[in-house]
Amino acid sequence: MASISRADVEHVAHLARLHLTDDEIDRMQTQLSNILEAIETLRDVDTSQVGPTASVIQLENVMRDDVATPSMPRDVALANAPLRDDPFLRVPTVLEEGR
Amino acid sequence: MPDALPLVDRTIDEVGSALRAGELTSRQLTEACLARIERDAERLNTFLSLEADAALEAADAADIELARDGTMDRPLLGIPYALKDIFVTRAVDWDGSPLAGGLPTTAGSFILEGYRSPYPSAAQEALERAGAVLLGKTNCDEFAMGSSNENSAYGPVRNPWNEETVPGGSSGGSSAAVAGGEAFFALGTDTGGSIRQPASLTGTVGIKPTYGRVSRFGMIAFASSLDQAGPFTRSVRDAALVLGAIAGHDPRDSTSVDIPVPDYAAALTGDVKGLRLGVPREYFVAGMEPGVEAVVRAGIDAFRELGAEIVDVSLPSTDRGLATYYIIAPAEASANLARYDGVRYGLSAGADELWENYTRTRGAGFGPEVKRRIMLGTYALSAGYYDAYYVKAQQVRTLIKREFDDVLSTVDAILAPTSPNVAFRIGDKADDPLAMYLNDACTLPVNIAGLPGISVPCGLSDGMPVGLQVIGRAFDEETVLRVADAYERAAGFSLLRPPTATA
Repeated sequence: MASISRADVEHVAHLARLHLTDDEIDRMQTQLSNILEAIETLRDVDTSQVGPTASVIQLENVMRDDVATPSMPRDVALANAPLRDDPFLRVPTVLEEGR
Repeated sequence: MPDALPLVDRTIDEVGSALRAGELTSRQLTEACLARIERDAERLNTFLSLEADAALEAADAADIELARDGTMDRPLLGIPYALKDIFVTRAVDWDGSPLAGGLPTTAGSFILEGYRSPYPSAAQEALERAGAVLLGKTNCDEFAMGSSNENSAYGPVRNPWNEETVPGGSSGGSSAAVAGGEAFFALGTDTGGSIRQPASLTGTVGIKPTYGRVSRFGMIAFASSLDQAGPFTRSVRDAALVLGAIAGHDPRDSTSVDIPVPDYAAALTGDVKGLRLGVPREYFVAGMEPGVEAVVRAGIDAFRELGAEIVDVSLPSTDRGLATYYIIAPAEASANLARYDGVRYGLSAGADELWENYTRTRGAGFGPEVKRRIMLGTYALSAGYYDAYYVKAQQVRTLIKREFDDVLSTVDAILAPTSPNVAFRIGDKADDPLAMYLNDACTLPVNIAGLPGISVPCGLSDGMPVGLQVIGRAFDEETVLRVADAYERAAGFSLLRPPTATA
């Protein structure tokens, strides 16, 4: 029986960098438990002799020729930035005391 | 063609012939679509963005080319179409200012509201080369996660057949636009059924090509090992024409496969005599609506009359598909959606510390279903659960693929229902994620195995469309299309149109 605790939900939300409200955490706890219970039916499939499939097509590592090509113009790359300080993207404080 | 059917409700094949014969112009076609959009699109909520002037300009350019010779091999020249708002469309000029006539890209999410892509998707480029006329971008479930289009941040789409019901999802705007005469074709994406299921629910044709057949470049990623692009059309022949234009190798998508693109329309012989078609018993699942089962079984019987051999086959791991999918797809999604961090583009919560800004931006920008899948995927990939969930699912994926390969070595194609039910009422399943997920029980195993699948209309149940699914071998879209086309010709449902098909 799959059931995940409120602390599990908070931990996973932290890993996912996802802020959840208290209500969302409550709902997520119930819904994820229900979904995981359905998913856990895979447990009784015998896969002892089966390798994993990550992709259905067998592809070699694809490398392109090492040729320099123009990059996206800076103004184009910055066009969608929520915060910019030309010619840079601006981000909030990264380092803080105690982190 | 029957005179009663309005121009915009006809097929690409029909109006394309008229265009090339000089009986019709692309401008007239485009204006007719825009008029239908003006009449219905707001009510149905099909479009998220529209650029009428840019479309008319493209139509005029197509008309100039149509006036020249040598357009016979360009079946989409001058044909108006729509793109699911998951394909990026170039909307930034070289100096960084908004490109006139460029369409924004939202993926149905608030987190990308107002986003203007600096580059076009491979799909937009291919269809521009083909001379098709882009009308606008269609509504969809947020990041293509859903089976009803109710997960769009911009509201649900209504099904033209019955406006109280859903058009399917996640490509619900595309299915409704094609069913409702707002575009002659539309592209969608299919990760677990998001083309075939909405095609089934709206009485349109929808094909998910083999994984690797169509470039994913510029298609906003949901689950990278499952996503494929494909068209919605009003006939199988039209689907063959559009697929021919978008298929092919693209070095910008490292999973796109470098094999020649056949002439798909040439595969439509109308003849299925002697073909062996498998019917997997596991696809007639408990909970399937009896009306849907009856119509699908009648469709399968029709193939006997066409001279095909119907073979009872078994795909025993079918009922593991849902669980497998709901580990793999959310796991890949949780990684793909990590890029929405409020720094380079999209919504930013404006918090004054970076980590806080990440979590607040994502908390405010993503809707409930996307959050659920990010959480599910992150959980399945987290330390201590990776082997039990993610690796296990990949192992079962091997089993599912192997079973398909075994069956497809004894039959030419597989026939199955597309969806266990007809379109349901908006709101009916909105509070029950698991009930919603079951909509894709018959389609998602095909993504897990990476195979091509098409949904073709096979009649009505309670007055609502039902789709028959044809599944084929990898890169054998020709047989899939041939089988679906032969059925379409014989069945006589190709002229079924929703109540919106009035002039």
